[in-house]
Amino acid sequence: MEIPYTVELRRDTGLNNGKIGIWLFLASEVMLFGALFASYILIRTGAPTWPRGDTILNVPLATFNTIVLISSSVTMVMAWASLMRHRFGTYRIYMGATILLGGVFLVVKYFEYSHKFETGLFPSTNNFLAIYFTLTGLHMLHVMGGMAVNAYFWGPGAKLYKTNPEWFINRVEHSGLFWHFVDLVWIFLFPTLYLL
Amino acid sequence: MTTDHAVDIDKQVRIYITVFVSLMALTIITVAISRFHLPIHLAVTVALFVAIIKGSLVACYFMHLIAEKKLIYAVLALTAFFFAALLALPVITHSDGFWIHGLH
Repeated sequence: MEIPYTVELRRDTGLNNGKIGIWLFLASEVMLFGALFASYILIRTGAPTWPRGDTILNVPLATFNTIVLISSSVTMVMAWASLMRHRFGTYRIYMGATILLGGVFLVVKYFEYSHKFETGLFPSTNNFLAIYFTLTGLHMLHVMGGMAVNAYFWGPGAKLYKTNPEWFINRVEHSGLFWHFVDLVWIFLFPTLYLL
Repeated sequence: MTTDHAVDIDKQVRIYITVFVSLMALTIITVAISRFHLPIHLAVTVALFVAIIKGSLVACYFMHLIAEKKLIYAVLALTAFFFAALLALPVITHSDGFWIHGLH
């Protein structure tokens, strides 16, 4: 049985099902991170003292990671634009770069976490570190999830382009929406945790 | 692929690059401002203001929200409402239950 509205647009909404699905999923993600941001505000405003992020965390590394993640968002959207121009080779290069930049982000995060653990700073040390590890850890899981999906569309999933290019372009667009959301979350996490 | 379609994508690519440069500039501005060690209320306001601009650029142009269908806007409006309510909870708690219990 063929799945309806994978490519063709529904008459009532003007959207295909995948587009509605990914946006509903992203809405639930907003609430997930929203709950953690609310917890952060509650813990911070309730604490008698709160350290500035830059006294504990490594701002240059986080700035570098911000640049990496923003760059990966650009390569992601360029990958989609390449497919829209029917340049599959260019798509592969941009999608590969997106995955690679996601990997760089994780490696930098690994060094950041390792340094904290080596200096005896754990989630149990204080509330600041507890919320820092929770928020960045959850964000990191999202980066990993996004990388896994992108790697699938770079590798085995790319076969679909030969048989049904429109469907493949839609899928890449939707995985791109998730990837940009991950970038968007980091845009707020960076100043909140590192600079304030 | 029609010529019009190709021109349209080329135009979009130019926008993506402009947005990328703007995001980089705003990231540098965010870090630079934090070096001034402003009072916390001002620092939070400025940092969130810049983050909202950056987030809007990503959402509008990379996620194509600037030209999306009404249903998506409706979903996001509902999300924004509940997100705001969620963030208001700590504020209510911080004001010592004033909005819940009133003045005593």
